[in-house]
Amino acid sequence: MSITIYVPRDSTALALGANEVAAAIVAEAAKRGQEITLVRNGSRGMFWLEPLVEVATAAGRVGYGPVEPEDVAGLFDADFMAGGQHPLALGLVDEIPYLKKQERLTFARVGITDPVSLDDYLAHEGYQGLQKALAMQSADIVQEVLDSGLRGRGGAAFPTGIKWKTVLGAQSAQKYIVCNADEGDSGTFSDRMIMEDDPFVLIEGMTIAALAVGATRGYIYVRSEYPHAIAALDQAIVTANSCNYLGENILGSGRAFHLEVRKGAGAYICGEETALLESLEGKRGVVRAKPPLPAIEGLFGKPTVINNVISLASVPIILARGAAFYKNYGMGRSLGTLPMQLAGNIRHGGLVEKAFGVTLRELLFDFGGGTASGKPIRAVQVGGPLGPYLPASLFDTKLDYEAFAAVGGMLGHGGIVVFDDSVDMAKQARYAMEFCAVESCGKCTPCRIGSTRGVEVIDKIVAGADTRSQQIHLLRDLCDTMVNGSLCAMGSMTPLPVLSALDHFPEDFTGGALDKAA
Amino acid sequence: MQIEPSSQISKAVPSEPRVDLDQVKSIIQKYQALPGAMLPVLHAIQDALGYVPSSAVPLIAEQLNLSRAEVHGVISFYHHFRQQPAGRHVVQLCRAEACQAVGADALAAHAKAALGCDFHGTSSDGQFTLEPVYCLGQCACGPSMLIDDDLHARVSSDKFNRLVRAKRGVA
Ligand SMILES: Cc1cc2nc3c(=O)[nH]c(=O)nc-3n(C[C@H](O)[C@H](O)[C@H](O)COP(=O)(O)O)c2cc1C
Ligand code: SF4
Ligand code: FES
Repeated sequence: MSITIYVPRDSTALALGANEVAAAIVAEAAKRGQEITLVRNGSRGMFWLEPLVEVATAAGRVGYGPVEPEDVAGLFDADFMAGGQHPLALGLVDEIPYLKKQERLTFARVGITDPVSLDDYLAHEGYQGLQKALAMQSADIVQEVLDSGLRGRGGAAFPTGIKWKTVLGAQSAQKYIVCNADEGDSGTFSDRMIMEDDPFVLIEGMTIAALAVGATRGYIYVRSEYPHAIAALDQAIVTANSCNYLGENILGSGRAFHLEVRKGAGAYICGEETALLESLEGKRGVVRAKPPLPAIEGLFGKPTVINNVISLASVPIILARGAAFYKNYGMGRSLGTLPMQLAGNIRHGGLVEKAFGVTLRELLFDFGGGTASGKPIRAVQVGGPLGPYLPASLFDTKLDYEAFAAVGGMLGHGGIVVFDDSVDMAKQARYAMEFCAVESCGKCTPCRIGSTRGVEVIDKIVAGADTRSQQIHLLRDLCDTMVNGSLCAMGSMTPLPVLSALDHFPEDFTGGALDKAA
Repeated sequence: MQIEPSSQISKAVPSEPRVDLDQVKSIIQKYQALPGAMLPVLHAIQDALGYVPSSAVPLIAEQLNLSRAEVHGVISFYHHFRQQPAGRHVVQLCRAEACQAVGADALAAHAKAALGCDFHGTSSDGQFTLEPVYCLGQCACGPSMLIDDDLHARVSSDKFNRLVRAKRGVA
């Protein structure tokens, strides 16, 4: 009998050698005359275990990992195809605490299915949301999303339903759905995982959005750094078109939706929604002044829904299970779940989807297991390069948009980057300014020039003891100008990481041990 | 370590090969009907030739009904587009925060010394162009890097040397 073996095709698994492991398993099975069915699934998001090889057994899927090609013969010897014992054995994968403690709604299928198999998708609740939406009026779909409490997962946390309502109300022969898949924040990879490991859920979410607002065309703007995501999406779109889940006549409903992937070109600012639209139109990715909102005048001047990957990928389950089901997760005005990403110096880095309300400490220690280096955690940057650095005294903050804002933090896209006590916070502050200088779209002076001056001032602070307090004053002034004089969050939020480093870790700005002693 | 100014680095690169303008024209024709065709056109040209040659600019401008300045403005805005050919292999090192937290800066210093060039430069044998990249989405397993189309995670100096040696071997 043929046994099903799973080896992930997620790009982090590939970067850790999953293709070599898959090839070794196929070769070894052939050598031993054993029949296997190899499925290239997505990743469960437990990256310290990748490549994680799973075997379908009567008791469920059992895991082995992290597997190197050299381990493969030994796994066969240990009869892993029957769930045999081996030093790399992890038992039933669903029972691994890291996974078991999660609440996976948006990521329900990720790691379980073959990402590009429509049959697999359909067998795991796929397209049930679309079936419901096809039987509903546009306004009712929008209402369902409003009722779910879903807020944009791309950073600004604006209610998705309200955005859709504006586009639904706009009068135009042509409307667009644009998916923001630029995911430029360091420490974030949940968009990438959805696109690589469950692309149909994004396609389904965008199709529902199209039905909700009356759009017939959509674009997924994916950063060029994500070739595997682009390939998986392209493949899934071809399949969806040929099976009438996309195209001129969706499932015989007479409704049309055409979807296309567009590749970015390595500019962080193109994640800002209006810069992204400019880029899609073929121009430099320069931020547009608002109003007009993209919902009124968006892509090519037409009403446009622009949403993040996770926002759109959360829509199918909301439609399939109902707004009340989704809303039951979370706290306060942060409802549903947030796929969080543990990154940087962390023992158990990976994806954790939990209802809002979990504390940073639980994520860092219960899930993450502390630092990879074994040293104490000193600083954590949440919310990407524009997010502040948080010290240990704030680790009990609950992940909730409002609770985070109250301590001067931001959740952003849910990226959590961990640093141990070897981090130099003056260097991190300098990097934040430098990143802004490299990635500024150039439209406003405080952002374009201010960030370059910021690098220089930080260098002076670290170098010169006698003018230090004067330079620190200058840095705060400069940050003030950037906050107040910048058009978008790039310039106005770069001061967050800079000032948080200065406020929470002042001892790092004194140029070394000499000053610390003084 | 000596850092060459970028103007000299481009001279270390093999001289600009002759560009097949008919090929460029047919690429432009293939994509020009797309709404917002500029980025797809530039990607296709770079995918085919390895860079966007200056001789392609007037052709793109004409076909897309734009000024040359506009086309040049777009090419120079985006970090991904290259105006000169690169070395035989392109090494992209992640320099963003999550990778910094696990030694990306040390890896960058090692890479520069090992290849004998700075970021945006090419090794003197023309084999490797070194480029910075800000996140490859592998942030749970840094430092990460890309050599040509191959992604690598948890890259140590030793692993870097091994990967570069392997590329040299097949080059
Ligand atoms: C500098 C900057 C970069 C951004 N990068 C991204 C990004 O990579 N992905 C994303 O979804 N949103 C990003 N945003 C937020 C978008 O502008 C926008 O709020 C979001 O795409 C809206 O989708 P949502 O409502 O579903 O979150 C960025 C914003 C700024 C100011
Ligand atoms: S703040 Fe910076 S990135 Fe944003 S619009 Fe101004 S110059 Fe552009
Ligand atoms: S920060 Fe290096 S891969 Fe994301």
